[in-house]
Amino acid sequence: MSFVAHLINGISLGSVYALIALGYTMVYGIAKMLNFAHGDVIMIGGYVVFVTASGMGIPPLAAIVISMAVCTVLGVTIERVAYRPLRGASPLAVLITAIGVSYLLQNVALLVFGSDTKAFSNVVTLPNLELFEGQLIIKSVTIVTVIVSIIIMVGLTLFVKKTKIGRAMTAVSEDQGAAQLMGINVNGTIAVTFAIGSSLAAVAGVLLCSAYPSLTPYTGSMPGIKAFVAAVFGGIGSIPGAFIGGILLGVIENLSKAYISSQLADAIVFSILIIVLLVKPTGLLGRKILEKV
Amino acid sequence: MKKRMLSLVLAGVMTASLLTGCGGSAGTDAGSAEGAAEETTEATEETTAADETAEAEPADDAAAQETTGDSAGGTFKIGGVGPLTGSAAVYGIATMNGSQIAVDEINAAGGINGMTVELNFQDDECDAEKSVNAYNTLKDWGVQVIDGAVTSACSIAVSDKTAQDNIFQLTPSGSAVDCVKNDNAFRVCFSDPNQGAASAQYIGEHGLASKIAIIYDSSDVYSSGIYEKFMQESEGQSFEVVATGAFTADNKTDFSVQLQQAKDAGAELVFLPIYYSEAALILKQASDMGFDVTFFGCDGLDGILGVKNFDASLAEGVMLLTPFAADATDDLTVNFVTTYKEKFNETPNQFAADGYDAIYTIKAAAEKAGITADMSNEEICEAMKTAMTEITVDGLTGDGITWDASGEPTKAPKAVVIKDGVYTAM
Repeated sequence: MSFVAHLINGISLGSVYALIALGYTMVYGIAKMLNFAHGDVIMIGGYVVFVTASGMGIPPLAAIVISMAVCTVLGVTIERVAYRPLRGASPLAVLITAIGVSYLLQNVALLVFGSDTKAFSNVVTLPNLELFEGQLIIKSVTIVTVIVSIIIMVGLTLFVKKTKIGRAMTAVSEDQGAAQLMGINVNGTIAVTFAIGSSLAAVAGVLLCSAYPSLTPYTGSMPGIKAFVAAVFGGIGSIPGAFIGGILLGVIENLSKAYISSQLADAIVFSILIIVLLVKPTGLLGRKILEKV
Repeated sequence: MKKRMLSLVLAGVMTASLLTGCGGSAGTDAGSAEGAAEETTEATEETTAADETAEAEPADDAAAQETTGDSAGGTFKIGGVGPLTGSAAVYGIATMNGSQIAVDEINAAGGINGMTVELNFQDDECDAEKSVNAYNTLKDWGVQVIDGAVTSACSIAVSDKTAQDNIFQLTPSGSAVDCVKNDNAFRVCFSDPNQGAASAQYIGEHGLASKIAIIYDSSDVYSSGIYEKFMQESEGQSFEVVATGAFTADNKTDFSVQLQQAKDAGAELVFLPIYYSEAALILKQASDMGFDVTFFGCDGLDGILGVKNFDASLAEGVMLLTPFAADATDDLTVNFVTTYKEKFNETPNQFAADGYDAIYTIKAAAEKAGITADMSNEEICEAMKTAMTEITVDGLTGDGITWDASGEPTKAPKAVVIKDGVYTAM
C-alpha cells in the first residue's frame, strides 16, 4: 500500500515536471535553444495568479487566463528583446543570455513582490479522491495536472502535425534557411512558439503552486532545472517524450527518496541525466535527424 | 626525449614558483587592504563624532554655557543584523520591532549610563554573505555593540568578524552551537543542543506520544544540530523514534515521501526542528493526505502564523518549544504585548521577545561594566564580556537569566500550543 502511495506521489510530482518540460521541449524543438528562463516565467505566472486571485479576488479561472496572457506577452517580449537579436550568434551566446534573463526575472520578482514566502491558495477546489476507505488519497490537483498535461501533449502534437503554423514550425526546426526560402516567416514562427511555450508556463505555474503552495521568486528555478532533465530524459524536442520523461522523473525521485535516501534523491535524479546522455544521447523518444549533404 | 622531460620539469618548477609568488603577494595585499579599511572606518567614526559635537555645540551654547558637548552622555550605538526580507523575514522584523520597543523605553527612562541608545538594524536576507555586508555597513556607521544576527548561519558569519574587530556581540536568537564559539559572543535564546534535548525531555516527561517521526533539513546547521541532540536524548525516554526523513535546501517543496513514511510507521507525533516556511508546506501536505497527527517544533516554527495567506487552521494544535508566550499574565509580558500590538498591529512572537531581552541584557551589562561614550570598541567589548557573567536579567524569555563565560544562557524552557490561531501556554 505504501508503495502505491509513493508511486502516486511520484506521479503527482512528475505531472508537474511533465507540464513544465512540455514548454521546454516546445521551444527547444522549434527554436533549437534552451530557454533557461522558462522556470522563471512559471514563477511570474504563479505571482500573477496570486496577485489577481488572492489579492484582488478575481475568480481563479479568470486569474489563470490573465496569467496566461501576461506570460504570453512576457515570453514574446523576452524573445523579441533578448533572443531575436542573437539569432545568428553562437548557441553559447544565446544560452548565456537565457541564463541572464532567468536571473533578471528572479531579481525583478524579488524587487516587486519581496522575497518572503507567500502561501498560494489551491485553485483546484475539487474534492480529493479517497480509495480503500481513506488509506490512499489522490489529490484532486494531481488528477487535474495529469489530465491537463495529457490534453496539452495531445493538443500540441496535433497542432504541430496538422496546422499550417505547426508545419511551419517543423520546417523551421529542421532547417531555418530552407524554410525561409520556402516563404516561411521564421521570426514570426519562433515568436508564436514562445507565445505558446510561455502560456503553457503560466498553466504550469498555477498547478505547481497549487500542488506545492509556497511562492517565492525562486519557486521556478529548481523545478525548471528538473523539468529540463525530464525533457532531456524523454528526448528533447519530442512532445510525448517530455510528458513521459516528466512522469518517470517524478516517480524515480520519489521512489529513491522513499527506498534509498531522502537526501540523495536529487543526486540520483541528476545522475540519471548523465547516464541518459551517455547511453542514449537523444533520450527515450528522441530521434536522430540525419543531416543530408 | 630526456631533454623534453627536463624542460617540462623546469617549466613546472617555474609555474609553481610563479604561483607561490602570486599567493604571497595576494596575501599581503589583502592584509594591507584590510588595514586600510579599518583605518578608513576609524576615520569615519571620528568624523561622525566630530560632526555630532559640532552640531551639538551651538544648541548647548544657547542652553547653558557650562554643560559640555556630552551633556546627554553621548550616544550608544547598537547595530542589529537580521533578515528583514526573504524566507525568514518574520524573525528579523519581529526582532527589530522588539529591540526598538526596548530602545524607546530605555531612552524614555534616561538611556544607558546617561547615553542615548541608537539602534540601526540592517537586512541580511538570511544569507551569511549578506550578513557580513550588513555588519560592514554598521561598522561604517560606528557601531559599538552588535545585537544579532537573528539566524544561526548569519550569526556565525558575523561573529567571525566581530571577534576580529573586538566588538561585543549578543545574538537574540542565533541558536547554533558555533554562534557563541568566540568569547566576545553571547546569546539570549537556547542553543540547538539545548533545544533538541529539552524537546525530547518535554515530549517524554509529558507523555505526548509513544511513536515519533522526525522531518529535518540535513543541509541546515540549525535543523541538523537539534536533530542530533534530540536523537541522543531520545534514548531512555518513554517514546520511540519510528521514522526519520531528511530533506535538503534544494528539495524542500515535496514532503510527501517523508510524511508517508511517518504515517506508515504509525507516528503519533512529528517532530519538526525546521523553519516555518517549510513547516507550512508540511502541514498543508499532511492535511491533504489525511495524516492527522500532532506536530511539535522548536523556535524555528515560531512565525508560521505570519506567512502571508497561510490557512491558520492547519496550524491548530501545533506545539512548539519557545521561551515566550504572548498570553502570559505577568506585567512585563502584558505591557510588552500591548505596546507591540499598538505599534505594529501584530501579536509579538518569541523573536520579538528575544530582541527586547537582548537590548535589556546589553543595558544591564553596560551599566554593570560602566560603559561610557568615550570608550573604544575594544574596551567596551572587554568590559561587557566580564559584566555578562555577573548580571541576572529578568526578561520576557525567562526569569533570572544568567550567563557563563561560554556565552550560553541558563533559563527554564517553556512550551506553547497554537489554539484558535494564537500561541497559548501549555
